[in-house]
Amino acid sequence: MKEVIIFARAGQGAITTAQVLGSAIIKSNMYAYAFPHFGAARMGAPMNAFLRYDEKPIRLRSQIRMANYSIIVDETLFNLRDPLEQIKSGGVAIINSAKNFVSDKDRKVFSIPATKISEETVGKPMANTVLLGAFSFLTKEVSLERLNEAMSERFKGKNVELNIRLAKAGYDFASKFGS
Amino acid sequence: MKQFLEGAVAIARTVAMCKPAVIAAYPITPQTHIVEELANLIAAKKLNAEFVNVESEHSAASCVLGASAAGVRVYSSTSSQGLLLMAEVLFNIAGMRLPVVMCCVNRAVSAPINIWNDQQDIVTVRDAGIILLFAEDIQEACDLHIQAFKIAEDKDIMLPVIVNIDGFILSHGFEPVEFPAQDLVDKFVSNYEAPYKLDVDNPMTFGPLSGPEYYLETRYAMQKTMENEVMKKIQAVADDFTKNFGRKSFGFIEKYKTDDAETIFVSMGSICGTIKESVDDLRNQGEKVGLVRVITYRPFPSKILVNSLNNAKKICVIDKSISLGLNGILFTEISAAFYSNNNGKNFPKISGYVSGLGGRDVSKEEIIDIFKQNKDVETEFLGVNKENIGSYI
Repeated sequence: MKEVIIFARAGQGAITTAQVLGSAIIKSNMYAYAFPHFGAARMGAPMNAFLRYDEKPIRLRSQIRMANYSIIVDETLFNLRDPLEQIKSGGVAIINSAKNFVSDKDRKVFSIPATKISEETVGKPMANTVLLGAFSFLTKEVSLERLNEAMSERFKGKNVELNIRLAKAGYDFASKFGS
Repeated sequence: MKQFLEGAVAIARTVAMCKPAVIAAYPITPQTHIVEELANLIAAKKLNAEFVNVESEHSAASCVLGASAAGVRVYSSTSSQGLLLMAEVLFNIAGMRLPVVMCCVNRAVSAPINIWNDQQDIVTVRDAGIILLFAEDIQEACDLHIQAFKIAEDKDIMLPVIVNIDGFILSHGFEPVEFPAQDLVDKFVSNYEAPYKLDVDNPMTFGPLSGPEYYLETRYAMQKTMENEVMKKIQAVADDFTKNFGRKSFGFIEKYKTDDAETIFVSMGSICGTIKESVDDLRNQGEKVGLVRVITYRPFPSKILVNSLNNAKKICVIDKSISLGLNGILFTEISAAFYSNNNGKNFPKISGYVSGLGGRDVSKEEIIDIFKQNKDVETEFLGVNKENIGSYI
């Protein structure tokens, strides 16, 4: 079983991100369970979306404390508890940031300037999909094709094409880190 | 094909397949997504039903009461304070023998205000004469909704059914969900034909004044229906569901690795998934542990529970609610079931744990710890942080 934590603020689309990722993953005969955890129920408050997936049905209902992978949508969350503390040994963190974060022997940390990439690619700040594209390349847990299928089901009209372009942009940016 | 759907949305789409004619509800977290989706389906003409916007949950319950008395299939859903506001109407719905189907998205009760999950809301109306079912996962929540209409509207039953799902954990969680074919649902839940209804050509009165000569008999009749017809048909409907839809439905309880178990956990709702994982971990360590999951909470399947538990040495009941001043609700009822059904023989030691109140996260490690500590306790709160306790203790 693999566990993912998405660190974000309410209103930044973390639940949709977890849904798209879970939806893409179950297309390969996997099981998944995505769920949110809110603190205060207001826009801008720090929140998490969690995702578990495995080859067998997910029964565990507790929150994820230590993740294999984390996606940090908003780097101002580092002013609170350090999200990198919640990554298991051998895990990967993907941060929406232009700053350099240092990997250590236990975990790899990648900075993806996803908001900037999104604005350059489609003229709008849709960072999450860029991060999902980067997730696909950096973790190899899900292919870009599966993500595109999931996004085609989740979004409507021109948003499908925008999201597919953004995932590709994130994937391509991450690929410069090498595999 | 399985779809990765939010619990609330999956439930709403399942309810739509059961074709209620009238839906009334008032928004309340974490229930709102269910009726939002139902309103969307009606607006998109995918469901031909009347959606009645009301000014409170009391009105929502009254509205579905009236529509049900007029002879059509109805649905509502609520949570927490909303359910409490409905309480007097719920007793009326049951007493008038109206087959209202509802979902309660279980949430803590104020004060202090808390929007997160526990099961305190529904246990406050457990005595109303409502059939109460609890789902462990989203697929089961959907499957129980289909069965709920069939059970409620059975001519020999005619009682309301509330399907319970844990707030946020299931209502806002996403899981792979499979919908049955519409024709299978149509066949399983046939058109509702009310055995009695409000009709100007054949006037009837529902819920009139009933003096001491008659009232007692109405309660007697409800109790006998619960004891006899409901006890008979819940298992039959679950078996019929399994056969027709190709997906296991358990009926009263699910036994998980209990055959040789010396210690058995008992609980209900989504926490049972976490307990199953704990059971597997303990089994890997060579411990003989199992779980009995209560799915049908009213009528309370006392005999079935005692039969499934009485070979154990120890029973650990994990409640997500408490009767303050007594114990966890399920703990009290399991204890009572043994006292009444074990023919005076010795029975296993029963310990009670209160957990997860107001959305407190319950981990697998905490469940395993219950087993390892092996305490004899009636009301042990899991995870109490002494630093958070004020001056009233």
